[in-house]
Amino acid sequence: MERRLGVRVVVLVKHVPCAAGAPGHAGFAADLRLDRAGRPGQLNEADEFAVDQALRVALRRRDVQITAVTMGPVRAVEALRRALVLGADQAVHLLDDRLRGCDALATSRVLAAAVTRLGFDLVLCGTASADSGMSVVPAMVAERLGVPVLCDADALTVRESTVEIHRDDGAGPEALAADLPAVVSVTGRCGEPRYPRLAATLEARYRPVRTWTLGDLGIDPAEVGRERSATVVRTVTPRRDGGTRVLVDGDPTSVAIRLADFLAERQFL
Amino acid sequence: MGIGPGGSVLVLAQRRAGGGLCRSSGALLTLARRLGAPVGVLCGPPEGDAASLGRYGAATVYTVADSRRHPTGVAVEALAVLARRLAPAAILIAAGREGQEVAARVAVRLDSGIVTDAVDIRPGPDGPVAVQCVLDRSYRVESSVVRGVPVFTVATRSVAAREAPVDPVVRRLAVRPAAGVREVRRIAPVGAPAPRRPDLATAAVVVAGGRGVGSRDSFRLVDQVAEALGGAVGGSHTATQLGWCSPEAQVDVVGRVVHPRLYLALGISGSVRHRAGMRAAATIVAIDRDPAAPIFAVADLGVVGDLHEVVPELLAEIRRRRTTDGVNGTFGGAA
Repeated sequence: MERRLGVRVVVLVKHVPCAAGAPGHAGFAADLRLDRAGRPGQLNEADEFAVDQALRVALRRRDVQITAVTMGPVRAVEALRRALVLGADQAVHLLDDRLRGCDALATSRVLAAAVTRLGFDLVLCGTASADSGMSVVPAMVAERLGVPVLCDADALTVRESTVEIHRDDGAGPEALAADLPAVVSVTGRCGEPRYPRLAATLEARYRPVRTWTLGDLGIDPAEVGRERSATVVRTVTPRRDGGTRVLVDGDPTSVAIRLADFLAERQFL
Repeated sequence: MGIGPGGSVLVLAQRRAGGGLCRSSGALLTLARRLGAPVGVLCGPPEGDAASLGRYGAATVYTVADSRRHPTGVAVEALAVLARRLAPAAILIAAGREGQEVAARVAVRLDSGIVTDAVDIRPGPDGPVAVQCVLDRSYRVESSVVRGVPVFTVATRSVAAREAPVDPVVRRLAVRPAAGVREVRRIAPVGAPAPRRPDLATAAVVVAGGRGVGSRDSFRLVDQVAEALGGAVGGSHTATQLGWCSPEAQVDVVGRVVHPRLYLALGISGSVRHRAGMRAAATIVAIDRDPAAPIFAVADLGVVGDLHEVVPELLAEIRRRRTTDGVNGTFGGAA
């Protein structure tokens, strides 16, 4: 391959509370943050797809290095371990007490700093995390890095110096391309991650996990954390009705029209 | 509600692929009127769309020459420039893939707080308050932005658009195109037909049938709905065991776990194993005879009724809308 350093793929992953059981399990802590304590965690499902896509790039060309990066508390290293089992070559854990309570802006700042320090040709991540679902971090990271972003890719092809994606966001299928380096977020429709081989699972234990603090990234602690958050939560109230779920019955014709309205509103018709 | 506590509110109008404005634009302007004087931002050739924005109270409309080659870049530039110039009370953008991307990038440019997928916005003592429904919609969260120009993406589905006609002043805005290195190119047009019936695991739309379909012959209804919506066909454990559809189409933890944008369950009661295979769908619609079926607990829209009566009606309705080119859902018809 012509590139001196090959393709450096950085996969941004997140450690999220297990979705096991009813969503009623999850709740808010006294400080109105999501209560993640005491809940078993796992690698965010959408990010498993991202790691697997990185691996598919690596299958097509041999000079690929995959680095998994996560930001989170000590336990978040579990997500990195899983990413290593799924095929990442190395991992970086952004661990610092002062990072607690970061909003999306601060998170993207820290992730962008880590990606810059690692050096990158392609940044991959899942479209949204299972616990907050803001789905803005990929675009924010790209904006900070000054590179193109291709969000919600259903399929991904990496060429010599460009990346192409296919997506369908309701307005009809479209294909987009951007020059590398770029940020791409992938959906759960890009293909089921392959089940890791036992050998890969065993070998993953010996792959390195580095830990970086704010100091390593050269970020001023005053720029991140809960105090620096640009949004505040005023109130949190549980909803008893469980949201906007609607149950309709009646004569088939009016029900069918209601159904068609519902589909049309969401751009499926 | 008259003009709110002053200041302008930037509203990014969204275009539909087929031309004309999205329904969401009217809803956003309705919300914006509560916070201040709405200012519409329109990317692309104005045509009659500036007047449509005026119908919902946009006294000023900025039109920006769009380059189809960078779908979101121009909107980001325009909003960032206008936010610096007008110091608005808020920026409102329709939630959705494109809206989310624009909002995220604008928030970084302005170093502003962002709240996504708000279902309602109202003025508060210190700035606008956004309401979100989170954690599977089991909590209602109210938050406000404490730094910069608040950026909100709004899920406009539950917002009714109300007209407040004004004659808008249309201004042109020239923005520098994004630097070449950051360019995203569209290499195939929007609206190009899907090449073939999609694969189940990667399909955006999945239509699945279960025991309630009743017979192999009736399973054709499932095929027809999938055909009409351009989706893939799935089946519950029972349907595959009875041979109504192929074993590869089985949707559950043993078969395929699917992640479509729309999952349409026909005659599926929703066993634990089945729900585990389709929970990740963004929108779930279920038709079943039993009102106590567990599938309705996860469905966004549940229809209690006989699918053998409802589905043919649905197919007819879809055909009717396709042929009359959907008056429903357009900007004007939705108010």
